[in-house]
Amino acid sequence: MTLLEVKHLRTYFETSKGLYKAVDDTSFDLDHGEALGLVGESGCGKTTSALSIVRLLPKEGKIHGGQILFEGTDLVQLSDEEIRSRRWKDISIIFQGSMNALNPVMKVGDQIAEAIVLHEKISKKAALARAGELFELVEMPVDRINNYPHEFSGGMKQRAMIAIALACRPKLVIGDEPTTALDVMVQAQILNLLEKLRKELNMGLILITHDLSILAEVCDRIAVMYAGKIVEFGPVEGVFENTAHPYTERLIACFPHIGKEKIIPPSIEGIPPNLLEPISGCPFHPRCHKAIPKCTVQEPEMVKVGEKHYASCLRIGEA
Amino acid sequence: MKLKDFGKAILHNKLALTGTIILLFFIIVATFGPLIMPFSTMEFGEVEDLLLSPSFKHLLGTDDMGRDVLANLIAGARISLLIGAVATAISMIIGTLIGILAGYFGKGIDNLLMRFTDFFLVIPWLPLMMVLAAILGTSLWNIIFVIGITGWAGTARVVRAQTLSVRERQFVERTVSIGAGHGHIMFRHILPNVFPLVFANTVLVAAVAIISETTLSFLGLGDPTMASWGMMLHYAFEGGATASGAYWYYLPPGICVVLVVLSFTLLGYAFDEILNPKLRGR
Amino acid sequence: MSKGIIAKKLLYALLTILVVLIFNYLLFRVLPGDPLAMMMRNPRATPEQIEAVKKLYGLDQAWYVQFFTYFKHLVEGNLGISFVYKAPVAKVVASKILPTVLMVGLAEIIAILIGILIGVVAAWKRGTKLDVWTLGFSLVTYSVPTFWLGMILVVLFCVQLRLFPTSGMLTPGKNFVSDWAKMVDLGRHLVLPVLTMSLVLIGEYALTMRNTLIDVLSEDYIITARAKGFRERYILLKHALPNAMLPMITIIAINIGFVVAGAIQVETIFSWPGLGRLMYEALGARDYPLLQGVFLLVTISVVLANVLADISYAYIDPRVKN
Repeated sequence: MTLLEVKHLRTYFETSKGLYKAVDDTSFDLDHGEALGLVGESGCGKTTSALSIVRLLPKEGKIHGGQILFEGTDLVQLSDEEIRSRRWKDISIIFQGSMNALNPVMKVGDQIAEAIVLHEKISKKAALARAGELFELVEMPVDRINNYPHEFSGGMKQRAMIAIALACRPKLVIGDEPTTALDVMVQAQILNLLEKLRKELNMGLILITHDLSILAEVCDRIAVMYAGKIVEFGPVEGVFENTAHPYTERLIACFPHIGKEKIIPPSIEGIPPNLLEPISGCPFHPRCHKAIPKCTVQEPEMVKVGEKHYASCLRIGEA
Repeated sequence: MKLKDFGKAILHNKLALTGTIILLFFIIVATFGPLIMPFSTMEFGEVEDLLLSPSFKHLLGTDDMGRDVLANLIAGARISLLIGAVATAISMIIGTLIGILAGYFGKGIDNLLMRFTDFFLVIPWLPLMMVLAAILGTSLWNIIFVIGITGWAGTARVVRAQTLSVRERQFVERTVSIGAGHGHIMFRHILPNVFPLVFANTVLVAAVAIISETTLSFLGLGDPTMASWGMMLHYAFEGGATASGAYWYYLPPGICVVLVVLSFTLLGYAFDEILNPKLRGR
Repeated sequence: MSKGIIAKKLLYALLTILVVLIFNYLLFRVLPGDPLAMMMRNPRATPEQIEAVKKLYGLDQAWYVQFFTYFKHLVEGNLGISFVYKAPVAKVVASKILPTVLMVGLAEIIAILIGILIGVVAAWKRGTKLDVWTLGFSLVTYSVPTFWLGMILVVLFCVQLRLFPTSGMLTPGKNFVSDWAKMVDLGRHLVLPVLTMSLVLIGEYALTMRNTLIDVLSEDYIITARAKGFRERYILLKHALPNAMLPMITIIAINIGFVVAGAIQVETIFSWPGLGRLMYEALGARDYPLLQGVFLLVTISVVLANVLADISYAYIDPRVKN
């Protein structure tokens, strides 16, 4: 059975200015032990998609439609109490530990142990012992579980955050920009660690990032999001070598090229559309270098472009 | 935040609007009220005029010296608001100046000025005012001076912090590089940038100034020739208005003080909401 | 917190106190008005008396000698003689400390507990009627002059309802049959002063707590706690409150000056025989040595209380400790 199937998810925010369609008809799936990269510019709906899975949306946000099947159970239909008891036990999230995701006045070990105590009903002592083991797993000195977050470096905080996320041996871990704000060396270490742990523990991993370049080595498949929709979805090699969507092309062009001169990567010109207003045609057309008149009126649909590889662009198959 | 956006935000904020309306009302009363009042506030009444309860002749009754309470109240508005305004101005000037100087020059000057500021922050304000007022003597200008001189420390801190962040921005460096003088940079470049903050801080200082005036006058440190609201309450308390049930005497001045201070507090709270997005209502 | 930081804080406090002492000295000697006239206040004093007072305060000597004498007297606890009480200032002041500490202490404890409780509930039920009422209550009590609130409460509870005594600490001239009866009498006298003080403080504490908690509740670690699957109550108690309590400590410390101001007014209104009332009396009678004595004691206490808050903060917040 598939670990996670998101089908036609619609998550909207009710704002004073109207309905903000943060995630609009998004579908993707993930197998046990598989790693999926969810990539896009900030505000494209990738974090909202992730938060929708565990139903951790801010008060203004509501799931307006679609299904989120976790091993066959639709998480959207669960009661608040049911989803609460599944959080962390089945699905955990690695937040940006280097930011403020760790409670500054609580020892890191306690922050791991409290989750274990909650979901497994074991003693605090046993939970702390487990916290120690988890620290070993993320390659941190065990005695550091008695430290407070501010006593850690950015990379160590991120490792601690990973240890917390793994506390209850979840089947699915969602990494929300887990390496942003870390320097390149540490970033590579953290990604290697995640890759190693995923294989050891056979857990599903959704890696959310705005930086496509870090996904190549860690992920099996990549979903590219734009304006609340997935515009390209497929295996890593397919997406990188047979890029089908112009937006993905642009994202790849933004890579800093290793070995070449260090240049500031060019960003994509233009700004993402305002999701409060209805968009006519393809949402990317105002910024697209391949746009033709048809793109402004006709909304593209997902078409197969390769083995398990889909994209939504009206110009696919033209050439 | 730009001044124009700030103004718009105030109009859309219920608290700020209420505060502004109350304040405007009192300013109008203080400005034009005394011109149309039929009673003098200085002439004492005859024995039969003492502590009269409200009637058509005396809408708010008379005090224990036979004076019309409403007339006193309106005259008091002028004095209380005047003291509050001038004292606040003094505090804001000192606070802004010290804050900008400390933030701009940094190092030793900053250290010295901030120690000095901390001293005024930590000293309990009422005893300090009482001692100063007792030594200087009770006159209108002394009261204003005492309130102004003790109320600037918080502003200095806020302005200093803002100056530090403004100084980090590029344009100040650029101005330095084209050879502008310290004074020019501080007043032409930094001051406009700290101004919204100073403005927001003014209402809080004004609230404290009005409360201080009332309290000092109540404690007998007011100018006896100037019937501010605080002085009215002083006479009411000394004259035993609470025991004799002369509610028309001790209630109106207090209510006026509460309303004016409340209007400043409302504005201050609204500014805080506008400048701190996390608190902004949904 | 390292010993170095504590030492530094204490040093700053000592420095502040030193400045207070110098300030106090200058205030009563350099500012307009003949210090001698201030000290004596008797226009018909004989030359001998003037000489005696000059000698007592060392006014016949050079300024640096005077300054030294001032400090010497301070160290000896000699604050001069009160005009009104005709007794050493130190002794008069000392006898008034306990009533003030009792009244203010009770009011602070009540205000802190209730203020925090209201603030937490308001932040938790943000946007509801309760929150709006809390906000309104806080803004109004913040705007009410303390003494006027005291007057209103006197009218309400003493004149109208005749529930509590209007003034003093114990019913004068009454012989108490037991200690218990005395305690009850004291308690009845305490109610209104404590109520007035608490009312003024609760609003500010509640509002601070509410706003701090709203800030904290929007932090990332609260989302982490939610993602972990905790119930809202647990998140509030275990994650949000410990973080929100830290700024409260600072506010309570900063507020001490405000509390002192409140105490002066409350003690004046209710004739509570404490330091505030004493200061009011000294002011009314222009009893300068007494005024100076109370001012020194109050100011130094506030400075020390602030250092104490600083140090205790450092012990509670792990980020400062190291």
